[in-house]
Amino acid sequence: MNLLTLSWKYLSFRPLSTGLNAILLAFGLAIITVLLLVQHQFEQKMTRDAAGIDLVVGAKGSPLQLILASVYHIDFPTGNIKMEEAQRISRNRLVKQVIPLAMGDNMQGFRIVGTNHDYLSLYEVSFAAGKAWEFPFEVTLGATAAQALGLKLGDSFIGSHGISVGSHDHDQQQFKVTGILAPTGKVVDRLVLTSIESVWYTHDEQGEESIATEEVELPLEEGTSLEEEAHDAHAEAMDPLKVPVAAQGFPSTNQEREVTSLLVRYRNPMAAIQLPRMINSATSMQAASPAFEMSRLFELLGVGISLLQGLAIALVVIAGLSIFIALYNSLKERKYDLAILRTLGASRLQLVTLVFLEGISLTTLGALLGIALGHGFLAIIVELTAQEVVSMVDPWIFLPEEGLIFGYALAVGMLASLIPAWSAYQTSIAKQLTKT
Amino acid sequence: MADWMYLENILLPKNLNFMLLQTTSLTFAYPGQAPISFPDISLAGGEALLLLGQSGSGKTTLLNLLSGLLTPSQGSVMLDGVNLSALKGHRLDLFRGQHIGIVFQKPHLITALSVKQNLELAQFFGKKKGLSPSDLLQDLGLAVKATAAVGTLSEGEAQRVSIARALVNSPKLILADEPTSSLDDLHAQRVVQLLKAQAAKIGAALVIVTHDQRVKSEVSQVLEVKSA
Repeated sequence: MNLLTLSWKYLSFRPLSTGLNAILLAFGLAIITVLLLVQHQFEQKMTRDAAGIDLVVGAKGSPLQLILASVYHIDFPTGNIKMEEAQRISRNRLVKQVIPLAMGDNMQGFRIVGTNHDYLSLYEVSFAAGKAWEFPFEVTLGATAAQALGLKLGDSFIGSHGISVGSHDHDQQQFKVTGILAPTGKVVDRLVLTSIESVWYTHDEQGEESIATEEVELPLEEGTSLEEEAHDAHAEAMDPLKVPVAAQGFPSTNQEREVTSLLVRYRNPMAAIQLPRMINSATSMQAASPAFEMSRLFELLGVGISLLQGLAIALVVIAGLSIFIALYNSLKERKYDLAILRTLGASRLQLVTLVFLEGISLTTLGALLGIALGHGFLAIIVELTAQEVVSMVDPWIFLPEEGLIFGYALAVGMLASLIPAWSAYQTSIAKQLTKT
Repeated sequence: MADWMYLENILLPKNLNFMLLQTTSLTFAYPGQAPISFPDISLAGGEALLLLGQSGSGKTTLLNLLSGLLTPSQGSVMLDGVNLSALKGHRLDLFRGQHIGIVFQKPHLITALSVKQNLELAQFFGKKKGLSPSDLLQDLGLAVKATAAVGTLSEGEAQRVSIARALVNSPKLILADEPTSSLDDLHAQRVVQLLKAQAAKIGAALVIVTHDQRVKSEVSQVLEVKSA
């Protein structure tokens, strides 16, 4: 027997009051936990996903939408841009690198993104199995997408039009899995990556007829004569599906083609000043900076987060008051108990410690429950919204900041126990024992 | 020359043959009221004393003085050679927990604890390994109730548990405040006999404060407290 055991015995003797107070506190702390996890991981993941991208160029519209669609793949693209215009940007002296993106399809909600191999380098991926796409309709799956779709190397599937589930299928061509990426914790985990050519051919209205008229330039292979190359090229030009896709830069084409957006890396700091202004004023495209747009987004989200934080703090304060009332009332009922404890040899300080232990134990219980509820609630939300923005968040990461939640809980417990503890300290044994 | 010994930090001659409980010229005054004077009490270990008196005669005040819950205005309470008035704060609390067992009119057990835990609690606060709670409960016929919630006990059982709690630290003084007032004749007699037997067993002085004339015949030493 010790004071902690005794405090728990007292708490568990009033399960309803203890349970309700702990739950009330837990709700407030659960909201704080969710906010902490979401805020921390959003900022971290968004910053990580945008690393190496200085500018995004796409069709005119909302710059934030362009960033969300092209960098984080969580919004609809603003439209497409002409490839000629896009290529002009890539030739600009202020541009170091351009990664074109072509979007518009999905596989059970996982976006199919047409791009080149530079995109893989951008996110420093490694392969869990297979290799990057080399021919049209070959795909490389992000780790999450592969696991969720249950696809493995050599499997084939049909993509659906649009970037959300429920649209019509593109059943003329099947995609074939040639590579699966190792988990990166980045946006690429949730993507189905393929060549831009694949996206084009999928959307060609005439289907295979259009593909057949496509003329492509063939890369020269080592050890083959120019004559042989020319012969093979001519033969394979008739079937673009057998021609290797562009691993870098833009695909070659004789048709008027479009891409969705460009991920741009500046050559020098001067580009940050000149390039966006030039694109926005002199072209039919828009340029948006991920850093700027995300800071604007966090600012906007900040208002909502502050409101939720306010609500959570209000809940914690209410819980604190409730715990205070519960302790105070329980102590009023137990004044005789306290007097008995004193006759058994308990000092005033031990009674004060007992009251504090009850308050702190109750709030610790609330904190544990709150943190568990917060993580559990987030896990459910993530599970229910597998392909949406929330799915970026890992609900089972435990942040050091969550230790602060225990700090808050302890502070609430101490504050709520102050007056009851003082009352216990002042209990006159003789007077109390004479009363009954 | 006498040998000397330390008892509760007080140096005493070893051959001193003092009474276990000794009060001298005890007086207590509640604020704004006339002081109450109490007759001197001397009790050796194993002896029992019945303090009889009507309501308001100051019986409970005397009991509080004997247990150190009240400090006398004048006079002293010596228990096993220790002047209770000289002990303050935690030292007095601890001394009380270790050497004084109190039985109240109602059992007043801690309802959040089991029967045995109530006894263990007394040992925790008394910081003393006195009697084994299990053995004591066995002696008092309560072994089967050891893990029972105190709310499930009958009045007689609860009173026996409260006696066990008062005994568990092997105190030198047992104070019983109206232990029989809510009991019928048979149970009243049993409780007093139990208290006497257990006090004698551990060599403690027993003081029973009551206005219950039924127990008068059970105790040889009787002291009547009368209001001034």
